[in-house]
Amino acid sequence: MVAIELRDVRKAYGQAEVIKGIDLSIAHGEFCVFVGPSGCGKSTLLRMISGLEDISGGEIAIGGEVVNRIPAADRGLAMVFQSYALYPHMTVRQNLSFGLENINTPKPEIARKVDEVARMLQIEQLLDRRPKDLSGGQRQRVAIGRAVVREPRVFLFDEPLSNLDAELRVDMRGEIAALHRRLENTMIYVTHDQVEAMTMADKIAVLRLGKLEQFGRPLDLYNTPANLFVAGFIGSPKMNFIAGQVDTNDRTLMRLDTGETLRLPVTGFAQRAGEKVTLGIRPNHLCASDDGPVTVHVRSVEQLGGESYVYGQTATGSAITVHSPGQTRIGLGDTIRVGAPEEEIHLFDSDTGLTLREA
Amino acid sequence: MGRTWEFLTATRGGARLHWTDWASYGYLFLGVFLMFFPVVWLVLSSFKTEADLQRYPPTFLPYQQQTITLDGHADPLPLFRITGGEHEGMILAQLRRVGLQAQMIDPANPEERLQVSIRDYERLERFSLATENYSDLFGRFNFLLYFWNSTFITVMATLIMLLTNSMAAFALSKYRFRGRTVVLLLVIGTLMIPQTVVLVPLFLIVSELGMFNSLWGVIIPGAATPTGVFLLRQYMLTIPDEILDAARMDKASEWKIYWRIILPLSAPAIAVLAILAIMWRWNDFLWPLIVLTQSENFTLQLALNSFQGELQTQWSSLLAMTVLTLLPIAMVFMFLQKYIATGIASTGGK
Amino acid sequence: MRWPGWPPTSRRRWPTRSKGVAETKGQGATAPAPPPEMTALRGAGDGFALRLISPVMRLVEIPMIALQRLLGINRLAWVFLAPNLLLFGLFAFLPVILNVAYATTGGANVMLADRPQIGMGNFERLLDCANHLDPNTCREDKFWRAVWNTLWFVTLQVGIMVGFSLLTAIVLNGKIRARGFFRSVFFFPVLLSPVVVALIWKWMLQRNGVLNAFLDWAGIGGYNWLVDAQWAFAWSVFLSVWAHMGFYTLILLAGLQAIPRDVYEAATMDRASPWRAFRRITLPLLAPTMLVVLVLALIKGVQTFDEVYAFTGGGPGTATTFIIQYIYEEGFAGSPRLFGLSAAASLLVAFVLVVLTLVQLWVNRKSVDG
Ligand SMILES: Nc1ncnc2c1ncn2[C@@H]1O[C@H](COP(=O)(O)OP(=O)(O)OP(=O)(O)O)[C@@H](O)[C@H]1O
Ligand SMILES: [Mg+2]
Repeated sequence: MVAIELRDVRKAYGQAEVIKGIDLSIAHGEFCVFVGPSGCGKSTLLRMISGLEDISGGEIAIGGEVVNRIPAADRGLAMVFQSYALYPHMTVRQNLSFGLENINTPKPEIARKVDEVARMLQIEQLLDRRPKDLSGGQRQRVAIGRAVVREPRVFLFDEPLSNLDAELRVDMRGEIAALHRRLENTMIYVTHDQVEAMTMADKIAVLRLGKLEQFGRPLDLYNTPANLFVAGFIGSPKMNFIAGQVDTNDRTLMRLDTGETLRLPVTGFAQRAGEKVTLGIRPNHLCASDDGPVTVHVRSVEQLGGESYVYGQTATGSAITVHSPGQTRIGLGDTIRVGAPEEEIHLFDSDTGLTLREA
Repeated sequence: MGRTWEFLTATRGGARLHWTDWASYGYLFLGVFLMFFPVVWLVLSSFKTEADLQRYPPTFLPYQQQTITLDGHADPLPLFRITGGEHEGMILAQLRRVGLQAQMIDPANPEERLQVSIRDYERLERFSLATENYSDLFGRFNFLLYFWNSTFITVMATLIMLLTNSMAAFALSKYRFRGRTVVLLLVIGTLMIPQTVVLVPLFLIVSELGMFNSLWGVIIPGAATPTGVFLLRQYMLTIPDEILDAARMDKASEWKIYWRIILPLSAPAIAVLAILAIMWRWNDFLWPLIVLTQSENFTLQLALNSFQGELQTQWSSLLAMTVLTLLPIAMVFMFLQKYIATGIASTGGK
Repeated sequence: MRWPGWPPTSRRRWPTRSKGVAETKGQGATAPAPPPEMTALRGAGDGFALRLISPVMRLVEIPMIALQRLLGINRLAWVFLAPNLLLFGLFAFLPVILNVAYATTGGANVMLADRPQIGMGNFERLLDCANHLDPNTCREDKFWRAVWNTLWFVTLQVGIMVGFSLLTAIVLNGKIRARGFFRSVFFFPVLLSPVVVALIWKWMLQRNGVLNAFLDWAGIGGYNWLVDAQWAFAWSVFLSVWAHMGFYTLILLAGLQAIPRDVYEAATMDRASPWRAFRRITLPLLAPTMLVVLVLALIKGVQTFDEVYAFTGGGPGTATTFIIQYIYEEGFAGSPRLFGLSAAASLLVAFVLVVLTLVQLWVNRKSVDG
């Protein structure tokens, strides 16, 4: 069952187009993450779904009903804001009950619901405090509680964890995931942190410059990125890219810009002879071996004990990261040759950025 | 005392006082004297009897002639200490004065009349506050009516101003709508039109609305001040929009956002504006002078002004009334002077 | 040698706004971080106030929700603006237009319809002089006396007041104990009503008043101040300075405290003497504030009426009659009521004020940009 459907949704501020036609369909109970670099329009898209922002074009449907003209209050959604946006002059209890009061819920029921949510989020002992007397994590919980207590159809989160420190962020990540398992609600979660996206999402929507780059399950995005941008954005450390050209005669022979050549598998890719392509290999798939096709000059080495990273450059200056388990003998200033298993190679059209894959 | 002195003369750095410091403190204490003495003098004078007020040179503290009531004399008789002549050292009551001679009696021996030269006696006085100056006010001058008029005008004008100004400030700070800039410019425009230059047409409008000689004729035009819109708008701009969005998601109507979220969050700025508004309206003079021509509608300020004409000699009542007019503002000042200063500094004190 | 106003001992800026912005990131936006003074006002009080107004507000909410449905959120802004715009329109803008209508008509009727058109007649009458420097040669000699009185008054009052305000601000900005106390002392008269101010000084200066008692005691001899035209004028200036200087002191002090301390430290490193630092740093950096203060004082000075009217009634003779009093008396106190003349005179004043206000806005803009 489809919970939320976007059809060619657009947004423009005056002349500036910020959302440029997005189609998306989120199933009921799904945890969907919008991810993308800063300024790509994630918040705008979320606010358009919430109803806080007008829609310049297209359609948004919630539960099968087009909601373009329905004001935010009547869409049955709840939102958790980046800055929490708690009402500073109200106690935690008043913060939680404000929404229920607005829909004229009877007092005893409000009290019951608030207590229940407070117990669930472990903020019972904070109910009589004001937001300014809470820690960042506690504020975050209250903000989530304020959304939960109204039992909305869909939860919207706008970078809810970005004001927290690293450790707390990991904890809260787990809690929000647990909340989703318990409530089984549809949730849309905005973040620019791809780790958050990978760990929490059922589905990830990658946005760039107001366009949807790819929508799919986290591992699908990781394993079969639709284009250069997604390939570079998902996965940490970033995928290595090496530019080159397919030999004009032999479709499986690739001539790298560094002057080296590389054999591609006969099947799997849809490259054409003579085409400019970009090779993509994840750092953990690269390994140093004497017969590797690419030469790398090592610029720095990070030994973490259990794993190690080697950073270097190809002859034409492309940055290369090699991630290997355990410790490495490679040292600063070394020149090494690296290679990768054929099945771990990604190939992209250098001009369009699209993945070249055989249909 | 010594410690106070030490405290006051020590510099912040703890170093010894330079002559410039002496000059500074000298200047400041002169300032304290100039600013406070007239007011202190006014308050002290307001407790003097009419007779005491006529005295020249005046005494600093209020004194009253001591009197004694004796059998056979209806009025209390003033007491005098005899400083010379045959009755020196006695305290006598004066019956009447004839030229340079006074006819006196000894309270211990009321039958006998004594003749005393007025050069040989001095008044017997004691410190005493003439509180009747104040109590008389309430009976004689409809003081309570004027006080009520002033209070009513002040309170109503302040409330109306706070309500309309905060609503306008909310609209101008939190909504994006066509014509917002124009409205802002209009508000700035009103800053340029002080009431003093539109007295005549304002008078026509107020009379046409049937508010001539009515307290509302002072209240309503007084509420049309742009300063509050500016002050509140500046403050509301600092309230994050996300809080409003959160409230909208919480199904709050815009009006509810206004009075449940924006108003409480702007309370500090509203308080400052309220204090300013109270001050302006309480002290208003020219416009009430034009609108309110019947004495039963007078504000305290108008009453004071008109009585200083009528009662040229009745300084005792006038001074008491002045003190009572000054009192509410002085109280506000004592408790809230910091906020007033902040408010005035941030609004340009219109 | 140390100059009293130097170096500033406190960097606390006076009109304590701002803050806030820097903090919002860490705190989330839970509090708009009001100026510290202001926060203290919040608390138990507003809970009570809220309960007091909530029944009314609930009632208003019903039509407001309907309007919100009807208009949408952004157009609802006009509903919030409406009461204020109505007030402004009726009591600020409409009067300006009507003022012109009055100024071009004659007679003593209030109703515009009953007033005969006389074109520029009122202005001609006001400006008709054989010699503008000598009011006696003018048709409306009282107007010209008022103009000259106001001119003299504004010059003296603004000059003296700004001078003393600056001096006081500099002294207060020095290493002073109990600065807050002294500041409020100078500020106190600002709050007094003009009538009270007038009566206080009338009582001080009356023939048998405390000042004359002192002068007699000192052997100088008392004087009946308020029956002498020149002295009445001088005391009016004094009283006006007394009543208003605290306000300008406050603004100038704020300006002084906004000058960053490191500028002075740099000057010390450059071996500038305190007097030089004052001349070359304090004064130039304070110049924008000074300008604002000057223009504001001028705007207010031109409008002086209440305190002097209550103090001297404009007398003796016309010695202390100022332009606003002229407008008031022609239009409202005299008989017949010459509304046209009054409106014409007020238009002339308005012209001066608008020019001054524009200067002020311009100065403000410049000091903000710079
Ligand atoms: N009111 C507005 N007027 C004009 N442009 C706007 C407005 N609001 C947002 N934008 C633009 O729209 C684009 C998308 O903004 P948005 O807030 O959605 O970004 P985001 O993806 O949430 O970024 P971040 O991760 O930094 O929060 C930005 O380029 C921004 O400059
Ligand atoms: Mg965002």
